[in-house]
Amino acid sequence: MDGEIAALPAERGPSAQAVTLTINGEPRPLRIEPRVSLLDALREHLGLTGSKKGCDQGTCGACTVWVDGRRALACLTLAVTCEGHEVTTIEGLSAGGELHPMQAAFIDKDAFQCGYCTPGQIMSAVALLDEGHAADDGQIREWMSGNICRCAAYPNIRAAIRAVRDAAGGE
Amino acid sequence: MSGVIGQAVSRIDGPAKVTGSAHYSGEIALPGLAYAEIVGARVASGRITSIDTAQAEDAEGVAGILTHLNMPKVNNVPLLPSLIGGPAPGETFFPMQDDVVHYAGQPVAIVVADGLEQAQHAATLVQISYAETPSITTIDQGRADAYEPEKIFGGLMPAQTRRGNVEDGFAAADLLIDAPFRFAANHHNPIEALTTTAVWDGDQLTLYDSCQGIKAVQLTVAALLGLSPSKIRVLTRYVGGAFGAKAMVWPHVTLTALAAQYVRRPVRLALPRGQMFTSCGHREEQEQHIELGATSDGKLTAIRHHKISITSPFDDWAEPAFGVASQLYACPGFEGVHRLVRGNTMTPTFTRGPGEAVGVFTLECAMDELASELGIDPIELRLRNITDVDPNTGHPWSSYGLRECFERGARRFGWAGRNPQPRSERHGNWLIGTGMATAGYPIAFFMHTQRARAHLYADGTAIVQTATQEFGTGTSTVMTQVAADGLGIGLRDVRFEFGDTDLPNAGSPVGSNGAMMVSAAVHNAATAVRDQLITLAVSDSQSPLHGADPAGVVVAGGRMTLAGDANTGETYSSLMQRHIMSDAEAIGSWDPPPLDTPHGLLTFGAQFARVAVDADLGIIRVRHMVGAFAPGRVLNPKTARSQLMGGMLWGMSQALLEGTHMDTRHGRWANASLGDYLVPVNADAPDVDVELIEVEDHVTGPLGVKGVGEIGQVGAAAAIANAVYHATGYRVRELPIAVEHLLAHLPSGPASAAAGAQPDLT
Repeated sequence: MDGEIAALPAERGPSAQAVTLTINGEPRPLRIEPRVSLLDALREHLGLTGSKKGCDQGTCGACTVWVDGRRALACLTLAVTCEGHEVTTIEGLSAGGELHPMQAAFIDKDAFQCGYCTPGQIMSAVALLDEGHAADDGQIREWMSGNICRCAAYPNIRAAIRAVRDAAGGE
Repeated sequence: MSGVIGQAVSRIDGPAKVTGSAHYSGEIALPGLAYAEIVGARVASGRITSIDTAQAEDAEGVAGILTHLNMPKVNNVPLLPSLIGGPAPGETFFPMQDDVVHYAGQPVAIVVADGLEQAQHAATLVQISYAETPSITTIDQGRADAYEPEKIFGGLMPAQTRRGNVEDGFAAADLLIDAPFRFAANHHNPIEALTTTAVWDGDQLTLYDSCQGIKAVQLTVAALLGLSPSKIRVLTRYVGGAFGAKAMVWPHVTLTALAAQYVRRPVRLALPRGQMFTSCGHREEQEQHIELGATSDGKLTAIRHHKISITSPFDDWAEPAFGVASQLYACPGFEGVHRLVRGNTMTPTFTRGPGEAVGVFTLECAMDELASELGIDPIELRLRNITDVDPNTGHPWSSYGLRECFERGARRFGWAGRNPQPRSERHGNWLIGTGMATAGYPIAFFMHTQRARAHLYADGTAIVQTATQEFGTGTSTVMTQVAADGLGIGLRDVRFEFGDTDLPNAGSPVGSNGAMMVSAAVHNAATAVRDQLITLAVSDSQSPLHGADPAGVVVAGGRMTLAGDANTGETYSSLMQRHIMSDAEAIGSWDPPPLDTPHGLLTFGAQFARVAVDADLGIIRVRHMVGAFAPGRVLNPKTARSQLMGGMLWGMSQALLEGTHMDTRHGRWANASLGDYLVPVNADAPDVDVELIEVEDHVTGPLGVKGVGEIGQVGAAAAIANAVYHATGYRVRELPIAVEHLLAHLPSGPASAAAGAQPDLT
């Protein structure tokens, strides 16, 4: 999309429209109004409640998902704009019933308490390693600061990220 | 008996939470579900002169709208008996019963629609006109009419605490400290907003509610609606944080039930973040004024500690500021007085470390001033004043450990050899300071009988049940451990079942009492089943244990053996199969000791902090925190450490970040969002070390558990504020401490330049 202005898509709405999203590799057809956020499409229309709503204002990070592999706030993303893009949620992180190493590390390091921000923290944490933003604690602290943990498990979240980074052979 | 208590077991709800499969209250799929949106009052005081819902009703998808014109009347329910085991409304006021507006954000209409977006949009179409009257929303505005209530804290506590004669104490003092403090209001802001889903089936109501106590929700809604509690079932397993916001039962829960009844469909209400500031209470704006009298060798002779705070038009609510603050030190004279201002806010409520987090801050900052004035090390000053008995009653502590907290905390932190001189350490442009404070938190025995059921199957596995819920404290993990230990079976052989009011009664985990009271009931249920089977075995001529003393039988791994003779015994399974028993079951119950139990009841700790303050900009960074706590028996050090660490970071946040500020022109909170109300993010959080000091306690239930939920916060803010003084030489007496408090008092600032008294270390 960068640098290239595509022809504007035809105007749709305001009534419910047929939209097909690609969620965790699966095509998911649904009928939603264009004003429906990606977060509400996931939670209220597709039954994928792993992505959490904390503020609905883009401030807490509980709704963090990946769109085409990059971190995105699902509460500030309109679902219809995700057509043709790959959306990954916490439900798509572990394959075949086996926990992703970051999920296992969050349990091992006790990196959560109430667990409500946890899916967003984990989606950020995995992305952080891919982005190369976990070289040291200073980097981890800054690049994880879009995800609020009100239980304040932050030191343990850093420990979990370090553990996965170091097990993978560092950056 | 299996030794699983005290192990650092990982959370059993971990896999569900890290995969997103743990369902919270707003995540229950229901056919025909409709969505509710509350319209909050735009003004802080006045009357509704007209309310026009026509346009909203015509909007697409709208199923129904309730206002004061068509809302059913509910019963009046007092704040008491509250969380001691009865209905627990957050305020005695219930909205939409008439046209009066008491506070901004007060619910004035509730809109229900097929879709969430439809409800949100239709709520904006409700046209309301108000006759606005002047509002009072800050202490300053209402100070002239301040009054002394008889009781505070929902009627739970007296408004005054006195012992000895303070005037005599001040007369005997060589030195006086006189320090006024101001505190901004705080909002809990759990990341999961308060959320209720209500489903009627005939006259039976099921609620999925984001709460701290499902039984309290059941009883409160029953009382308000005039229903039998047997008609109401509350189902709540996981709660996305609470911190006091979900302890009391706020009006939106019952409003959702009434809305569901009105539209004859299941209805879900999830409060938007902005409404979280006007729907579930807050820590009230307050001022505290403390005076200390002390002898020249640092012995306290008198403490006068006064608080003024703002409450709602309907309830005398203040967090109790002088519980712990009156108990930590053996000072002969103490006077604590709460005064209140009536204002146009909702009733304040419990916020983590209610009262004590602020009251102990005041005391411990004043103690630091006293230490500075006397030239005594802050720990040494405290050691000269601590007491082996509760100074209010003369009763010995049920267990103590405070000296060990000072000692081990100081060692872990590296306190020894500290230069007490302010501004004595500088690294580059950072002024470095260290501070400490004492921590304490009450053990409150105000709950009713706690019950749990243990059900052991003949294959040696068990289900253990009680009507509690998991809001991040780790209760589902530690209760699994307690059940496994009591039954003498493996952790994997126990399923702990919770989150349903149909299960045996458990109180609301508040005041750090959850682990203590629920573990007592679970332990008693588990050991009752164990003892049934041991009794059966020793009386069974076919059992290898026949004739043995039941007290001499131990159980581990589901096998009963003689203590000291692991070869003589048999498994539960073999015994039960021989007796053709499919299962064994017992209800365990626990009653707290009487309120006048002859023991001092506090949990103790010590807090240490190192801060760095930018010498030009006044930016404060907390570099390191150490907390040492003596919380009785530690059921699971992994979850206990996390909870204490979280509490300490709440203390950091209390010191440096959190404040809700009132726009007095409109009587509305000015910063009602997570963008404007600052809470810590990862970059704000230093590394935290927690030292656990186990002390034996024979008063607080069969396992000797005290509590870890709140003491982590108490004293942490004071340690930071004292460290900021040590770094800068300036005492900020207002929370949260901000850059602007310090700017004029930094090395290059006007105060320092004019005084010329501070060493220039640049």
